[in-house]
Amino acid sequence: MDETIIAPFIKTTHHLFATMLQLEVRVGQPAQKEADAPSYDVSGIISIAGDVVGSIVLSFREETATRVVSLFTGSEVNELNDDLCDAIGELVNMVAGGAKAQLQGKNCSISTPSVIIGSNHVVHTGGDVVCVSIPCDCDCGEFAIELAVKTADAPAASAA
Amino acid sequence: MRILLIDDSKTMRNIQRSILTQMGHTEIEEACDGLDALSKVGGFKPDLLLVDWNMPNMDGLSFVKEYRGQGNKSPIIMVTTEAEKSRVIEAIKAGVNNYVVKPFTPDVLSQRIEETLARTAAA
Repeated sequence: MDETIIAPFIKTTHHLFATMLQLEVRVGQPAQKEADAPSYDVSGIISIAGDVVGSIVLSFREETATRVVSLFTGSEVNELNDDLCDAIGELVNMVAGGAKAQLQGKNCSISTPSVIIGSNHVVHTGGDVVCVSIPCDCDCGEFAIELAVKTADAPAASAA
Repeated sequence: MRILLIDDSKTMRNIQRSILTQMGHTEIEEACDGLDALSKVGGFKPDLLLVDWNMPNMDGLSFVKEYRGQGNKSPIIMVTTEAEKSRVIEAIKAGVNNYVVKPFTPDVLSQRIEETLARTAAA
């Protein structure tokens, strides 16, 4: 995947966590994610359309999700409930929206977010887009940014 | 001072409500999208509106156009992830008075609210 597409998502995640959670994010090496590989326990998903198309996922371990949302909302969250889903949705919304604005010369729009809860769930992103997982870690635990996006004029990518 | 918060995220409404409460504002109403907001503006008569852009049913920009089209003059602050300059211009043309890009710190939101109210009072 084009580095110019990946970089804005990493930059925006750093900014989001620093601004609203006062957390530093440590980012690992992006790697291709196999189509049937599971995400973490809680995934916020947003679609992007226009000059860049695909999906953006912010996926958290359960413990990371509850700790991050507790910080974000300012109240203790101990279970995977509607309030947690709402907060995770807003976090992925801010990552997608912030990154979209940095995609130079690209005219895009984003959807409203959806949230999936469940251990070992798989987010299917379509057969012609390679998914790149960017491992992240912060003082609340591990999470990942999963990008299955391509420029609209790019040829279909091989998943092999 | 009656303030209407329009955002489909309950989390974001709670964060904004908390900041407004710390600023001393207590008359706060909430709406979860543009349609919900339109149904509430007649009865609540807000003096200030904080409006998200991307929402289901009716987005923030459509709400602003509809609200202004009804002749309402109360100041509107767009609070959104839409950060492109073209989006900001589009919002201002539709009748938005000020703009806050998410994510924001409490200080930034407070400052924009105060400057918007000051500008309105001076007009």
